[in-house]
Amino acid sequence: MNNEVNIRRIDWTSVLILSLLISLGLGNIYSSSQAYLLDSLLTINPFTKQLIFALVSIFIFLFIQILPNNFFIKYSSILYVFSIISLIGLFFFGNEINGALAWYQFGGFGLQPSEFAKPITALALAKYLSDINSNIRTIKTQFYSFLIVLIPIVLIILQPDPGTVIIFLSFLLVFYKVGLPSIYMNLFVGFVLIFFSTILLGPFNIISTLIIVTIILFYLFRKNKKFIKKIFIYGSIFSIFIFSVDFIFNNVFEQRHRDRFNIVMGLEKDYRGSGYNTNQSRIAFASGGMFGEGFLKGSQTRGNFVPEQHTDYIFSTVGEEWGFTGASFIIILFCVLMLRISKRADLQRNLFSKIYSYSTVTIIFTHFFINIGMVIGLVPTIGIPLPFLSYGGSSLWAFVLLFSIYIKLDSERTSKW
Amino acid sequence: MKNKLLPFLIILSSIIFILRLIWVQLINIDDVKLSNKNSVEKVYNYPERGYIYDRNNKLIVGNEPFYDLMIIPSELKIVDTIEFCKILKIDKPTLIDKIKKASNFSKIKPSVFISQISKIDYAVIQEKLWKYKGFSIRKKSNRNYLLNSASNILGYISEVNDYEVRDNSYYESGELIGRQGIEKSYEKKLRGVKGVSYFQKDNFNRITGSYKEGIYDTIYKPAKNINLTIDSNLQVYGDSLMSNKFGSIIAIEPNSGEILSLINAPNFDPNLLIGRNRSKNYLKLKNDTIGKPLFDRGLQGMYPPGSTFKLINGLIALEEKIINENTKISCSEGHFYSKNRFMKCHCKPGTENNLNTAIYNSCNTYFATIYKKTIEKYSDTKEGMDNWNKHVSSFGLGDYLGYDHPLGRPGLIPNSEYYDKWYPNNRWRAATTISNGIGQGEILTTPIQLGNIAATIANRGWYITPHFVKKISNDSIDARYKEKKFSSIESKYYDAIVEGMYNVIEKGTAQNSKIKNIKIVGKTGTAENFIKINGTRKQLTDHSIFIGFAPKDNPKIAIAVFIENGYWGTRWAAPIASLMIEKYLNKNVDRKYLENYILEGDLTEEYLKPYTNINFSINE
Repeated sequence: MNNEVNIRRIDWTSVLILSLLISLGLGNIYSSSQAYLLDSLLTINPFTKQLIFALVSIFIFLFIQILPNNFFIKYSSILYVFSIISLIGLFFFGNEINGALAWYQFGGFGLQPSEFAKPITALALAKYLSDINSNIRTIKTQFYSFLIVLIPIVLIILQPDPGTVIIFLSFLLVFYKVGLPSIYMNLFVGFVLIFFSTILLGPFNIISTLIIVTIILFYLFRKNKKFIKKIFIYGSIFSIFIFSVDFIFNNVFEQRHRDRFNIVMGLEKDYRGSGYNTNQSRIAFASGGMFGEGFLKGSQTRGNFVPEQHTDYIFSTVGEEWGFTGASFIIILFCVLMLRISKRADLQRNLFSKIYSYSTVTIIFTHFFINIGMVIGLVPTIGIPLPFLSYGGSSLWAFVLLFSIYIKLDSERTSKW
Repeated sequence: MKNKLLPFLIILSSIIFILRLIWVQLINIDDVKLSNKNSVEKVYNYPERGYIYDRNNKLIVGNEPFYDLMIIPSELKIVDTIEFCKILKIDKPTLIDKIKKASNFSKIKPSVFISQISKIDYAVIQEKLWKYKGFSIRKKSNRNYLLNSASNILGYISEVNDYEVRDNSYYESGELIGRQGIEKSYEKKLRGVKGVSYFQKDNFNRITGSYKEGIYDTIYKPAKNINLTIDSNLQVYGDSLMSNKFGSIIAIEPNSGEILSLINAPNFDPNLLIGRNRSKNYLKLKNDTIGKPLFDRGLQGMYPPGSTFKLINGLIALEEKIINENTKISCSEGHFYSKNRFMKCHCKPGTENNLNTAIYNSCNTYFATIYKKTIEKYSDTKEGMDNWNKHVSSFGLGDYLGYDHPLGRPGLIPNSEYYDKWYPNNRWRAATTISNGIGQGEILTTPIQLGNIAATIANRGWYITPHFVKKISNDSIDARYKEKKFSSIESKYYDAIVEGMYNVIEKGTAQNSKIKNIKIVGKTGTAENFIKINGTRKQLTDHSIFIGFAPKDNPKIAIAVFIENGYWGTRWAAPIASLMIEKYLNKNVDRKYLENYILEGDLTEEYLKPYTNINFSINE
């Protein structure tokens, strides 16, 4: 097999988009960390740190490209084991930051193993599902592939870091793509819909709606025995779920989680407590207008009104300083990048690479959807970064790693023709 | 459908996001750009500035309300100009000028007419104010210094200037900022974060209520209180000892690096720099060119360390194995350090000193000789010099120490590069730099660096960067104030030096500084001192220096005292240090005779000498 890196087979368009996103991220971090820069030039500020992280990323990318073909198929299990060990190790050697035991601290530098678990779990999943003996339609394969995702989920719940857990839940989309029976997906989507509508309208309204819908469906499809059975099963599962939602929301969730839901769904207004971030971020967007207030000129950004602006709320800096034009440009860049990866994944013949590429899109998409949704006030506040733009060494490197492996596998695709 | 789900989700959410952006950025924006709206008034709510306590939780800086008189020119109506001027304590032209200025700013918006009115003045004004339309009172708060001392440590606050307003988005005109000292270095902790409320106004400029039910309002974040490492009793006592003398005392707790007191003499009342008379008083302090009260001698004064530096050279020689503690060097009123070059010493002819006796007799010959040998240990003088420099620098000398006060000087520890510049083409030898051996020559240190040397010796080889802040409400202090820094000298060599320093008090140069039941350790120093008067170099009376610590084992306080033009170390610096130590360890001072001698000591005449035009004699 040809082990040389064929530069012409690398998907340069994607690499270009990615570099553009990282550079835009750097620019906006520079702007939003002005407060730190003013504080003292001697201490290391977020911008210089991120610049160093970005430069290291180039080496990560190049290193992945010169690895031998099939490296990832061979070693993904070992990488997975390492990743799990690093997650377990947190409970012994980890540092608690903002209430989550998610970091290893080396001097002034922190490493977040759960970030790296994302690409590595994707590799492990791709390896298992591409195995000749695996068939996602069998219960056994379903069990093991769920297990691969569930182990990191449990370890991350214990930290606890609910944002990252949601990212791992998004692997359901990958399972679905490779042929998981649709009942799982239907139930999951049904659960999410019922969850929100129950909180919004109360359990009794929803249960009565459900009963009416069931009766109508029974009447319409009374001749189709198979369908009646299905309706019956779904109906009973959902009714149990409706009653448990109330319980989960009031007893399992903590007050801060309830607050976040309530704010996004407009049930409660709290502009000083939990809603502060969302509201300040909205002001930033509004003052941005069509073309923005200009680089380093955003008043919300300069006034440091939006907390966590250089990390999770970086998109609000874009919105304020570059306006609607800049913000939609970023959205379009993400959209093009994800569509491109997804399209090239469809062309993959190697099942391992195909599944991995789907995972790449899914992971990036989930971050994109939750983060931007949160910043513009469509999704409850969940602390996860915007890929490539948010400040943070671990997250940037993990995303670059995720992406570099995809580029590597993608360049191997054509080499087999 | 399965194949299209992902692209479908991607495109759908991108479209939703862009639609949402159109809504929040282009359509539903009436709520925003509040600051530019005339119908909205922005009012800041300030948290009370943080309190400052000393190490024993005694409040030393609090806050006191004061009042700003506000004016709205369009509503102005003054019935009795003379009375009005009288209650405001201004004259008529000033009044007219101020009204004009306010009108230029805005006819309908309130602006500050007179700022920082005290409680007492306010009492008079508020009684009569109802007669004068267009004026109102705004309450604020200002610093209240409860301790008439430590102004050099605390610093002061004042209104931000235009430059700062332009450069820093947080501050707006009229707000207060920490200007110097702890007020400056801990500005962010002490000020908290202001909140803002928006009010809806009608077309008559009257506030009708909260703007949009207060959805854009923010509440302030409270400021943090700070505990200094300063012991206020010791600080005040030090001030009294330093009366009529110029110089500095610095006391450090060796095992924590906490600064127990930093006395700068002459000092001034911190309350001079608040309120309406701030700038007048500031100018007065600034114009005192003889006493220079704004110049913090402890942090900014760079002086030769004199004989106290011999300790460092002794340690380096031990580490470099030039000597051991028994090595003997003879001295006969001095020695020839190179051909035809003689350095004087006060040792009697035929004296043989070992390290211990050399320290307590402060023998120049001994330390000049071992210094020269240290440099000449390497065949290349430059290498020897840089090796010596490396050792000296490990005591925190020659660079900013890194404490949490904005003022400071690096001092100077020369290296080979330095001498190459002055004596190019290898024209210098160890003998050229011989004065370094006895702490004269090119070496310059600040008193806080000397204090740090004392702490390092007290700890037998390490120090923690000295600092002024012990606790910040519920925050921890900076990690660098907990980290031990080690000197390049092995710990075992310190004992010999400490023994020598113990004998300085017991039978050496500073016997007047003994304290009953406390083993005190130290070293005196006398530094020659030159200034330029009208372009000619003149020698002034030597500086009196002492560094030391106590008790000898398990030290609780390390101290450095520096008295400008105090002549030799034992005359002023050593007794002052011993009184400070007694005060700190025993809480009261028994040796009243010594205390009185210091309290009554007056060096004013000495300081005025260079400014009188007659020829003066020194060192008398």
